[in-house]
Amino acid sequence: MNQVRFNHLLGLEGLSQEAITEILDSAEVFLEVLKRPIPSVPSLRGVTVANLFFEPSTRTKISFELAEKRVSADVANFAASGSSMTKGETMLDTARNIEAMKVDVVVIRHFAQGAPHFLAERINASVINAGDGSHEHPTQGLLDLLTLRHQVGQLDGLKVLILGDIAHSRVARSDIWGLKTMGAEVKLCGPATLIPRDVDLMGVDVTFDIVEGLSWCDVVIVLRLQMERQREGLIPSMREYLRTFGLTRLRLEQAGGEKIIMHPGPMNRGVEIDSDVADGPGSVILRQVTHGVAVRMAVLYLISGGERGIE
Amino acid sequence: MTEKLKQVIIDATGLERTLARLAHEILEANRGIEGLALIGIRTRGAPLAERLAKLISEIEHRGEVPVGILDITLYRDDYLMKLKTPKVRSTDIPFEINDRNLVLVDDVLFTGRTSRAAIDAILDYGRPARIQLAVLVDRGHREMPIQGDFVGKTVITSPGEEVRVRLKEIDNVDEVVLVETVND
Repeated sequence: MNQVRFNHLLGLEGLSQEAITEILDSAEVFLEVLKRPIPSVPSLRGVTVANLFFEPSTRTKISFELAEKRVSADVANFAASGSSMTKGETMLDTARNIEAMKVDVVVIRHFAQGAPHFLAERINASVINAGDGSHEHPTQGLLDLLTLRHQVGQLDGLKVLILGDIAHSRVARSDIWGLKTMGAEVKLCGPATLIPRDVDLMGVDVTFDIVEGLSWCDVVIVLRLQMERQREGLIPSMREYLRTFGLTRLRLEQAGGEKIIMHPGPMNRGVEIDSDVADGPGSVILRQVTHGVAVRMAVLYLISGGERGIE
Repeated sequence: MTEKLKQVIIDATGLERTLARLAHEILEANRGIEGLALIGIRTRGAPLAERLAKLISEIEHRGEVPVGILDITLYRDDYLMKLKTPKVRSTDIPFEINDRNLVLVDDVLFTGRTSRAAIDAILDYGRPARIQLAVLVDRGHREMPIQGDFVGKTVITSPGEEVRVRLKEIDNVDEVVLVETVND
C-alpha cells in the first residue's frame, strides 16, 4: 500500500490530493471511534504533544487537546499569557526549551505568518500549524473538507462560495488550497477592501454581488467578521456589513433556496450571519466542530507513526 | 522478496469442510445462536466471519447471527516502531456487544498479538459475556498467552515460512498455502 508520510502539517498549499484523501479517510475511522462507548484508542501511547498557543483560542485549543487525549498521547499546554514570553523570551527559545523536555509533536498557534515553518526548520519535533496569522489554518481546512465530503459525498466539481473577510482569514486560504486540490470550484465574495489583491494567483473568482454568488454555489462558507478590523476603517459599520454581505434567510431565498452553510466560528450572529440561517436546515456548523476532533486525531496519528527520524 | 510455494495446506473443498466443522463447533460450544455474534478481524477474518455466520444460520434455522468487522490498527503494539504508519480502516460493529457470546474470527493465529489487540478493541465497545477465538490456521510461534478456541488446522511452521490464506472474496481463489520467503 502506498502510504503518504507526513513529518509536519504546515499548510494545505502544496499538499497532494493523495495526502489529503489519506487524512480524510483516516478521519472517517476516527469519527467512528468518537461514537464508541469508550471514545479513545491507545495508538499514541508514549507520544508527547505540546500545545503552544501564542494567541488566544478556545475551540481550536480544546479540539486539539481532546484529539490528543483520545489517541492517548501525553499532553502539555503552553499559553503565551502568563509565560516567560512576557519576560522577553523568543518563540524559538521557548520551543527549544519545550523540546528539550522530550516532546514529539508541537502544535503551534501564532499571530505571525510562517511561525510554524520557522519552527519546523529548527526543531526535531513534528510541527502542526494550528493557525498562523492570516496565512493558513490547515486542520480547519481539512475539517471543512471532511464535513463537505460527508454531506455531499464528492468534492470534485462542488461549487463553494467563501463569504466575508477573506483578506484576514487563514481559514479562507486553507479552504481555497484544499478545495482546489480536491477539484472543487471556489468563488470569493466580500467587500473589496477585504478581498486580497493576489486572489487570481490562487485560481479563484471574485464577485461583489452576494445574491449572484449565492445563486451560483452549492455551499457557503461564512467567515467571521473580525471586529478588531473595524478600527482599520475597512468597513463602514456592522449594520452596513449585514445589509450588504450578511447571510440572511431573505438572501438565500432570493438566490433560490437551500445551501449547505458552514462557519469556522466563533460566529457574530446578526453581523455576518443571521441566527435563522446559522440554526437553519442547511447549517452544518456544529458538525464541523465534531469533525474537527476526528481530523486532528487523524493528523496526529499520521504524523506520529513509524520510526522517528526515518523517511 | 519473492515467495516460493512449499505446500498447499487446504484446498477449496477442504476449506468448505473445515468451515462447516468450525460452524458446528461454535454452535455446540455456545449451545445455539442465542446471544452469539461473530466479529471478523480485518482483512481476511471479515469474509471468514461472514461465511461462518451463514453456515451457522443454515444449520440452526433460527435466525441470523450478527456479524461485525474489526480493524485493530489503532490497537497495535508496534505502531511507533514500524517504518510507515499503517493505514487505518473502518470498524463496523452494528450491534450491542454487552453480555453477548462473541467469537473473534481471524485467518491465521501466529504470535497472538493481533488477538490481543482485538480483545482490547472489543472491550472499548462494551462488556461481552465472553470472547472466544476462531482461526482457520494455527501456525504456532506464540508471543502472548493466547490460544484458539476453534482451530481449522494446526500447521507446524518454521519462522522463515509464511501461511497465506486466500479467499474468493478478496483473492478470487479459496486456498491456504505454505510459502517460503526468499531474498533476491
